[in-house]
Amino acid sequence: MTRLMIEADGLHKRYGKQVAVERVDLAVPAGTVLGVLGPNGAGKSTTIRMLTTMTRPDGGTGRVGGLDIVARARAVRRIIGVTGQDASLDDLLTGTQNLVMVGQLSKLPRRTAQARAAELLDHFGLSEAAGRPVKTYSGGMRRRLDLAASLVARPPVLFLDEPTTGLDPTSRQQMWAVIRRLTADGATVLLTTQYLDEAEALADSIVVVDHGTVIATGTASELKARIGGEHLEVTLSEPHPDAERALAPLIAGPVHTADGGRRLVAPAAPRPGLATAVIRALDAVGAAVDDIEVHHPSLDDVFFALTGKPAAPVEAAPAAGEEVVA
Amino acid sequence: MRAWLGDVAVLTRRNLVHIAREPFQLSDVTVQPVLFTLLFTTLFGSAMVIPGGGTYKGFAIGGLVTMNLTTSGVGTAIAMASDLSKGVMNRFRTLPISRSAVLAGRTVTDVLSSVLCGSIVLLTGLAIGWRPGSGHGLAGVAAGLGVAVAFSYAVSWLTACLGLAVKDPESAQAVGLIVLFIGAFLSSCFVPTQGLPHWLRVFADWNPVSAVANSCRDLFGNPNPSALTHTFPAQHPVLFALASTAAIVAVCAPLATRLLRVRTTD
Repeated sequence: MTRLMIEADGLHKRYGKQVAVERVDLAVPAGTVLGVLGPNGAGKSTTIRMLTTMTRPDGGTGRVGGLDIVARARAVRRIIGVTGQDASLDDLLTGTQNLVMVGQLSKLPRRTAQARAAELLDHFGLSEAAGRPVKTYSGGMRRRLDLAASLVARPPVLFLDEPTTGLDPTSRQQMWAVIRRLTADGATVLLTTQYLDEAEALADSIVVVDHGTVIATGTASELKARIGGEHLEVTLSEPHPDAERALAPLIAGPVHTADGGRRLVAPAAPRPGLATAVIRALDAVGAAVDDIEVHHPSLDDVFFALTGKPAAPVEAAPAAGEEVVA
Repeated sequence: MRAWLGDVAVLTRRNLVHIAREPFQLSDVTVQPVLFTLLFTTLFGSAMVIPGGGTYKGFAIGGLVTMNLTTSGVGTAIAMASDLSKGVMNRFRTLPISRSAVLAGRTVTDVLSSVLCGSIVLLTGLAIGWRPGSGHGLAGVAAGLGVAVAFSYAVSWLTACLGLAVKDPESAQAVGLIVLFIGAFLSSCFVPTQGLPHWLRVFADWNPVSAVANSCRDLFGNPNPSALTHTFPAQHPVLFALASTAAIVAVCAPLATRLLRVRTTD
């Protein structure tokens, strides 16, 4: 078995009465990418903050590179790179100055830090802006510089907290390419995301968290297999009390509802005339159907099946994401 | 230890880049000392009689050096509060550096700006006719400036605590100005303490700021009417100034480190 580079065992964190992380267990083998998937407020960032020594856990233990995150915090900081949701850069320093500063504080010799800074700025397409103060950078540029800052000291373990949230599609693709290259070079990566396609595209395995607890673990295909085959999704004009009962004979598992009962999702074996039968059954109890769909399961369905909530859509603005929590 | 000093040097350079990028940050150690020096010597110089003799200009420069260096500590409070509110602090938290290095980088920067500030007061003084008295000569002027800079270094640890205790840079500025202006003005900086009401005179005589101002006067070879007072600080100004400096650092440096740890741990 390969060595575990990131381990969490029952990590728990509360702020006052508010429980941010109820219980998180993780195990990330060296050289792999773990995607931590969950809606806003699920406890993803708090988990990263604990594992990166920024926040002290109230319970449980964590190890990075085999080092305890509390007792050996300083040693942990030597082997990690962290990119948070808000760029942790010095706005008044130039791109180069930021990277050289981080390099020197990571105990690289000045020359080495300068060479590494130039290399990374080039690598991230920031060479032209290298001499400008960071406050003049666009959002996408800041994200890339922030990731570059995490890579200056070539840390073997990387924590990326929602690395593409708020990025335009092009910047997002660039960020994906960068992360793929990192893992190809052997880095161990823990990345959080609200985007199922992102987890599917980048992660070797996925944990789904909700309300501060891990609710599912596996590869993308394992998670899909867990909820079975095809799904039936029906959208009603208005919630109807008898809709679930009407569907029962036609489906192959429990019904999940959303949108206050307007949307119903359930596993269903595809067969000729299924859609017609569904519409007839719902019409018979007086429920008006706006939309009906039978589809192969996506991670969205997994998430929906596990949490009873839809995952944030890719194009969701932060405000829309917050509604998911509420 | 070598690594720590290296970190302090890197963080100090960062602060100096900030100053280069936003030079108006320096106005409290460049423009303000010139204005205050001109203002006070002109305003009070016409009316003030110095016990024991001497000109007000001669009396005032040591006080002005001290007052400007003390109040420039507000900058430390603002800078600390502002660093706390910025993303770069999160970066520092995940780097293998100690929090005391962040604070030391700040206070070392302040020593550099204090030397600049004190020199500007002295140059302004020279321009308007102040001269060091006979006695210690140039070495005395340097020694006086040294005592004042050391004290301002201690004050910057105190104001670092203030900056870390309040919630934003605006509060840091407000609280810092009140504390430092009271501390600096209720002293022998601008007026001989002999004329003050009794309770105020006791406060001013024992205020370390007075000891620093009196040290400057003694070392500059300028009139020091406090020498006529029989309190311990008035008789041993340099000793009392340096002891206060050491005491403030001894209390505030660990306190600031602790406050920073509390503010950056959750």
